[in-house]
Amino acid sequence: MKLITAIVKPFKLDDVKDALKGAGIQGMTVSEVQGFGRQRGHTEVYRGAEYTVDFVPKVRVEVVVDAADVDRVVDAIVAAARTDKIGDGKVWVTEVEDLVRIRTGERGPDAI
Amino acid sequence: MDSGNTAWVLTSTALVLFMTPGLAFFYGGMVRAKNVLGMLMQNFFSMGLVSVLWAVVGFSLAFGDGGGWIGDFDFVGLKGLGAADAALPGYVGDFGLTIPVIVFVGYQMMFAVITPALITGATADRLKFAGYAVFLGLWLLIVYAPVAHWVFSPTGWLFKRGALDFAGGTVVHINAGVAALAVVLVVGKRRGWPRDAMPPHSLPLTLLGTGILWFGWFGFNAGSALGANNLAGQALINTHLAAAAGMLGWVLAERIKTGHATTLGAASGAVAGLVAITPGAGFVGGLAPIAIGAIAGVFCFLAVSLKYRFGYDDSLDVVGVHLVGGILGSLLLAFFADLRINSLGADGVFNGGGSALLVDQLVAVGATLVFSFVVSYVLAKLVDVTIGLRVTADQEAEGLDASQHAESAYAMSEFGAMGRVG
Repeated sequence: MKLITAIVKPFKLDDVKDALKGAGIQGMTVSEVQGFGRQRGHTEVYRGAEYTVDFVPKVRVEVVVDAADVDRVVDAIVAAARTDKIGDGKVWVTEVEDLVRIRTGERGPDAI
Repeated sequence: MDSGNTAWVLTSTALVLFMTPGLAFFYGGMVRAKNVLGMLMQNFFSMGLVSVLWAVVGFSLAFGDGGGWIGDFDFVGLKGLGAADAALPGYVGDFGLTIPVIVFVGYQMMFAVITPALITGATADRLKFAGYAVFLGLWLLIVYAPVAHWVFSPTGWLFKRGALDFAGGTVVHINAGVAALAVVLVVGKRRGWPRDAMPPHSLPLTLLGTGILWFGWFGFNAGSALGANNLAGQALINTHLAAAAGMLGWVLAERIKTGHATTLGAASGAVAGLVAITPGAGFVGGLAPIAIGAIAGVFCFLAVSLKYRFGYDDSLDVVGVHLVGGILGSLLLAFFADLRINSLGADGVFNGGGSALLVDQLVAVGATLVFSFVVSYVLAKLVDVTIGLRVTADQEAEGLDASQHAESAYAMSEFGAMGRVG
């Protein structure tokens, strides 16, 4: 099992969600996050005083999938989130040792 | 001159001014958090630009005597209007003012401020500020001033014809509502609409704004009696009852159709009732305001779904509430009007007046619809092709607060991420 974590532009979330549903994914976790990569933040001005805000709002999408599905799901996310402009985000994959569905107690791939 | 009347109109002036921040919060709560300052700014900016333009030339174009269609330049810069013996063309006999002209100028200024601000709800989340600012000024002088002259000034052609509009059903609500439709057709839909959910970011702000609007509307309608008298009292009661019945009508309709009574529905229904009673506030009595408010509440609830059917992105339902509510109110007035309430009014269909008033009202509604739609569309197009009326796709995604104003509404920099430049 693998955990796929994607950091995407907030307005691409609906596209990513639809792409994941289309790829047969049953559930996902989404959180609002802030950060920066190569994309610059922006400047704010209050009574003439200028401030830089480095962190840019992003959305983090997390899904756990069977190892066999990883490439397909990652490709779906990348295709849906890409705008070809700086700040499109990143996707990374990590190993998941175990997984439990709390309601039933199912473990491993059965709990996906 | 009557000091009691003057005191009431001065008070009403402040009440109507307060409606614009109320409108700003009514709208501001409904947009997404990244656009709330953009919305507040579009409304507040009208208090700045429109007030100045009104003093310089707007009032003169609306209330000068240039014939039936538009005023003139006699009162440019408020020339002569501050004098104690100042007089306005047409305001004689039955229509004679019992308040100083300069008080009337201020009172009308607040109507001019809020009317173009109403449009901003339809175009939420996508107007370029510079383009909006230019459109706002042009619209005031080229659309609002003439229509105000037609209907409000006793020398205007619709006023002379006998069309009734106590406080601005045509001038304010139909005018702004149909202009909103025109501008929406020029600037287009928000990116992602209607597929993406764009829910209100703060309904408490919207409800607060609704309360301020309701409060200020007493100045708008009861102040339009231009006196502290029986008619003002009737207009105030009518205003309040229509808002109350509007809320009940909307909430009941949505409870039946969608299963829930919502806070946004209660707020929207109250505003629909307020809009619909505006033209008739000083011409009807008894239970008529309850009927008018309830009808508006139900019909405006049904009307806000039209945008999905026809595919225009009237983001915060300015067309559904102000245009539809304004038309309903202007036409229902022709049925409920009662000469016993206001001897300068008329009897409507239900009071033995026949259909004469209905014809006048239809002419007033039709003329406002056609003139305002056509001219607003041309103005918006003109601004769009010259300086641009819409933000870029990137700016729209980032939000108006950051892209247009370099601010954030809820700038809690909890990560210490903000660094002072220079």
